[in-house]
Amino acid sequence: MFVYADNAATTAVSPKVVDAMLPYFTEVYGNPSSLYSVGQKAKEVLEESRERIAKILGAKPREIYFTSGGSEADNQAIISAARIGERKGKKHIISTKFEHHAVLHTLEALEKEGFEVTLLDVHSNGVVDTKELEDAIREDTALVTVMYANNEIGTIQPIAEIGRICREKKVTFHTDAVQAISHVHINVEEQNIDMLSISAHKFHGPKGVGVLYAKGGIVLTNVINGGAQERGKRAGTENLAGIVGMTVALEEAVAHIDENNEKLSKLQERLIEGLSKIPYSELNGDRNSRVTSNVNFCFEGIEGESLLLLLDDKGIAVSSGSACTSGSLDPSHVLLAIGRPHEVAHGSLRISLGEDATEEQVDYIIKSVAEVIEYLRSFSPFWGDLVSGKRHHIFAE
Amino acid sequence: MALYSEKVMDHFRNPRNVGVIEDADGVGEVGNPVCGDIMKIYLKINDEQVIDDVKFETFGCGSAIASSSMATELIKGKPLAEALQLTNKAVTEALDGLPAHKLHCSVLAEEAIKSAVKNYYDNNGIEYDPADFPDPEVEACHV
Repeated sequence: MFVYADNAATTAVSPKVVDAMLPYFTEVYGNPSSLYSVGQKAKEVLEESRERIAKILGAKPREIYFTSGGSEADNQAIISAARIGERKGKKHIISTKFEHHAVLHTLEALEKEGFEVTLLDVHSNGVVDTKELEDAIREDTALVTVMYANNEIGTIQPIAEIGRICREKKVTFHTDAVQAISHVHINVEEQNIDMLSISAHKFHGPKGVGVLYAKGGIVLTNVINGGAQERGKRAGTENLAGIVGMTVALEEAVAHIDENNEKLSKLQERLIEGLSKIPYSELNGDRNSRVTSNVNFCFEGIEGESLLLLLDDKGIAVSSGSACTSGSLDPSHVLLAIGRPHEVAHGSLRISLGEDATEEQVDYIIKSVAEVIEYLRSFSPFWGDLVSGKRHHIFAE
Repeated sequence: MALYSEKVMDHFRNPRNVGVIEDADGVGEVGNPVCGDIMKIYLKINDEQVIDDVKFETFGCGSAIASSSMATELIKGKPLAEALQLTNKAVTEALDGLPAHKLHCSVLAEEAIKSAVKNYYDNNGIEYDPADFPDPEVEACHV
């Protein structure tokens, strides 16, 4: 059996999306900046896509900027808000400890320039406390950036409430909605979101294309300089096939949010229940405030990379927050942020189901994970020490 | 190219010499759970100072398990003096290479064997130069 359960990493492009994209490679291949017909036809499709995406997000077309993906959108949103703040003497930014690296590393670069960054705690459940956020806002706060749903543990943040607080305090609010857009109903107007990032390949669109929504009046700073595309704010010939694919994929995803959530929440429940039966395991992140596709566990006494490699041998594609898989010394900053000690953070597993997942697949995942963990524990000296009492268990049996 | 060589994957999927020697003559353990890898080596050493049997237990990533497996294969049936000459480089080469950020796994394997030999020397009152052995107090994670 082959089970692709790493949809938070990327998704397969849906056939409908592929079909929608194809004419823009070989038929309407013109440059939207060109004045002849095939160029102007491309321009029309580009602007029509912008309108369709704006409609879904509750935005105006001129507030939609096409980018190369989520990372670029995050970079540009944060840098733009920082430059606007800087001009007014505001050099403080609030974010969270478990943001995506596209956000955290951009903030680190700004810190080197003299910005001050407050990273909010995300507590053991992986959810920001809005009171703590409110208390962190200062006179010189230029930006609040909080992800909509976390990419590793799937926890959903109280975005509308954060938006309300930021609007009241007149602070710009950005959210990285890459992991949320296909699972949660998002409306930038109703939820007081000033800037938002999404990426097509997380919802069955193509890789290399995304959107930055920036509310009218927010003057963006270019991160890519060159031609006058995207109202002069993002240079480079538009990836029209990608943009069309993203538009179709987004419409499909958003139209089916409720029905997908209903189906996935049952599978999620089954998966969590099944994996909880593995001794000394624990779910990471809040049980209820999480996207329906995500299940993330820590298992004592084993290491995540060997777990995922052996699951791959069984046809299951999943990911882990272990240091081994990241190539760095430390395990996932997300798991550390929710207070997992290093030794169990190394033994983590993220399963992100696709909408086409079945009960049979979920049962196969549960059975396979249990088998592999039992095998790895059978010759793990760490597990041996836990069993003998030389080291203490962190989780309950 | 895949992350790991076929040799690494073979030793990871079918590790040789896995287990425990209950009446081991020397036992060595290196690494710690905070760093994400622990290797434990058990040696059975005969009167001719030859390694009759070796077993390992490892907590760690694919390359840690493969390095342990390969290291035990390389010293099984060898005189102690020869086993002490085993370098992390030799383990890595025998595995047809490791990714740069996984080289520490082969270092752990070398250290685990040395630590087990040291334990054997200690148990039997055999003198040795402590400088030839890893410092068990060093607990920092390898890069």
